[in-house]
Amino acid sequence: MLGEIFSDYTLRTVSIGSAVVGACGAVIGSFAVLRRQSLVGDALTHSALPGIVLAFIVTGSKDISVLLTGAFISAFIGAAFMRFIIKNTQIKEDTSLGIVLSVFFGLGIVLLTYVQKQPDATQAGLETFLFGQAATIMQRDVVFMSVVMLVILGVVFTFWKEFKLLVFDAEYGQSSGFNMRYMDILLTVLMVLAIVLGLQTVGVVLMSAMVVAPAASARQWTDKMGIMVLLSAVFGAFSAVIGAVVSSLYTKLPTGPVIVVVLSSVVFVSLVLSPRRGIFWQLVKYEKNKRALRLEATLAALRELSMQHEDKCHGHEECVLRVMKSEGAPLGKTLRLLSQKGWATEVTRGKWAITEEGLKEADKFLHLIKDNNQ
Amino acid sequence: MTTPQVEVLLIAVMVAACCSLPGVFLVLRGEAMATDAISHSILFGIVIAFLIVKDISSPFLLVGAALTGVLMVAIVEIITNTKLVREDASIGLVFPFLFSVGVILIAKKIGNVHIDTDAVLLGEIAFAPFDRLVIYGYDLGPKALYVLSGIFILNVLFITIFYKELKLSTFDPGLSTTLGFPSKVIHYCLMAIASLTAVGAFDAVGVVLVVALMIVPAAASYLLVEKLYLMIVVSLIIALVSSVSGFFIATQMDISIAGTISVTAGLCFVGIFFFAPRRGIIFLIAKKTRQKLDFAHLMLLVHISNHEKLQERYNENNVREIYKHLNWERIYTSTVIHMAINRGTVVDNKGVLSLSNKGKQHVIETIMK
Repeated sequence: MLGEIFSDYTLRTVSIGSAVVGACGAVIGSFAVLRRQSLVGDALTHSALPGIVLAFIVTGSKDISVLLTGAFISAFIGAAFMRFIIKNTQIKEDTSLGIVLSVFFGLGIVLLTYVQKQPDATQAGLETFLFGQAATIMQRDVVFMSVVMLVILGVVFTFWKEFKLLVFDAEYGQSSGFNMRYMDILLTVLMVLAIVLGLQTVGVVLMSAMVVAPAASARQWTDKMGIMVLLSAVFGAFSAVIGAVVSSLYTKLPTGPVIVVVLSSVVFVSLVLSPRRGIFWQLVKYEKNKRALRLEATLAALRELSMQHEDKCHGHEECVLRVMKSEGAPLGKTLRLLSQKGWATEVTRGKWAITEEGLKEADKFLHLIKDNNQ
Repeated sequence: MTTPQVEVLLIAVMVAACCSLPGVFLVLRGEAMATDAISHSILFGIVIAFLIVKDISSPFLLVGAALTGVLMVAIVEIITNTKLVREDASIGLVFPFLFSVGVILIAKKIGNVHIDTDAVLLGEIAFAPFDRLVIYGYDLGPKALYVLSGIFILNVLFITIFYKELKLSTFDPGLSTTLGFPSKVIHYCLMAIASLTAVGAFDAVGVVLVVALMIVPAAASYLLVEKLYLMIVVSLIIALVSSVSGFFIATQMDISIAGTISVTAGLCFVGIFFFAPRRGIIFLIAKKTRQKLDFAHLMLLVHISNHEKLQERYNENNVREIYKHLNWERIYTSTVIHMAINRGTVVDNKGVLSLSNKGKQHVIETIMK
């Protein structure tokens, strides 16, 4: 299939276009996710719809740059309106997101049904913006997309330091003499740009996932902002290409949903398997700690018992140990582990005693505990 | 109006009424975007349930889909609890996935049987009357109307029975849990109600516009009133007004009914946003202007009183010169002076301003405070 991508003209165009879209959304998404604004993307994409249809009604053109300009303007108005509501009323952020999202989208649907009622059929294809159709990407679209991508990456690169401040400590940034309000607006403009770029491929409804998912996955693999942004771009581009190619190969398969499913698997793998943070490794670590604690508790119990007897090799019943440890954990397994390490021996069947080495070991960690208490 | 049109109007009204009730609590609890997530993820439930029972009007569909909404909320909570991603991001991860799987299944498995991808987003309220409830050969009207009425009654019962608990856990979840009303349980009940409502409304208005009907009327009434029960009533009224007006505009212009309803709801919000007493933008601007003028008036009085006793008053308190000393715009200054004279706090004595007794008292009162 890889060979096909490079030989087939349409597939090549579609994959390059989708990669650009995926990378842009993912880069800007990193900032959005870290700023807890993951759902802003959702509201912005939905509010782009009336712009697309209005641009078509006004110009009569279906040129992608014209439609996306309309989308950009209307999404930007949506963003401004959202801020205006939050600033001037007691309405919370999530509600203002919901208002802008649903009302703008409703307006878009109204305009779309209005256009569809017109007698000529030139409007056909506008509704592919809902779920995206990567197969409609042409070569000149790719050129346009790449230019926008270069602009976005250029701005991010130029204002890297300022954006980082905005994300992690806006107040400090403000007091160091950077105008954080302008940076915030600039980042919003970039987000609108990145989102608008993806409307053709991923669609209005699911573009928000393109913003959130790669960044959320990348976050699991690193604690460095720079690496996170790069990784996020790679995840975004990779998933977008796979999704676009798969949906191009089958009929009646909208691109957006396929990309989202691919992205979701990336997220799943990242959440479960990423080293240190991943759920799987967390569980492994938890089990390991639990076993170490069990060993120490049993060893401590054996040590205490041995103190009460002159004969160090006096064996003790398992049931005594069980009571002393006061937990239902598998005692037999723990004892076997202890004897493997040479810290305890089974004197007679079912009776256990601590060894010299075990005593040393127990002193070591009991001493440690004492130190900590002091 | 023809009978089907009346029926569509009735369905639109019922959808709006159903949605606006849980919406009030979601808006107040800061969970408005949960409606968006729920309404998208129920699609997954609808499709799966349809593939199992093969019947679009089966009640299992309703229950199955509503359960998916609750399931989505639970998954989001599990992911958030791992502390690997924050809540907003985990919402943004879960619902697009469920929705995408739903859309893909429709596109590949179901085709155009009853639900297609466009209908998912837009709903087909105009077709709702075609699905009728027929018992023993009697046509009892569109099925959607009965389902929606059932959901409406359920919502009303839920809110009236658990009004106290809902109110407490909305405004003070900590106190609510301490008093023995676990806010988590109430949270899940509310989510279940919201997803059942979303499922009922789904056929008529599609995925996105459920959000409009749940959030927008509630947010608008939040700007108008301060009592919870009033907010519920006002939001219900706003929902009814926007659904009725939306219906008539849409049928006149032959455009999407659901879309128009969300636009009229949006217009209601914008109208209230600007014109609401006490909280509206225009009122706020007027209040700001009035406060500014009041302050300027006081400053003028203070200035006059500071220089009144001395020879310099001919200079400092001169009607034509005073704007320089106050460092104000000339025209603005004359507005303030006119206001002061009208209020009877300042007297114009051959071009030199001095305070009246009322003015003196005003200065002393304000400054001594």
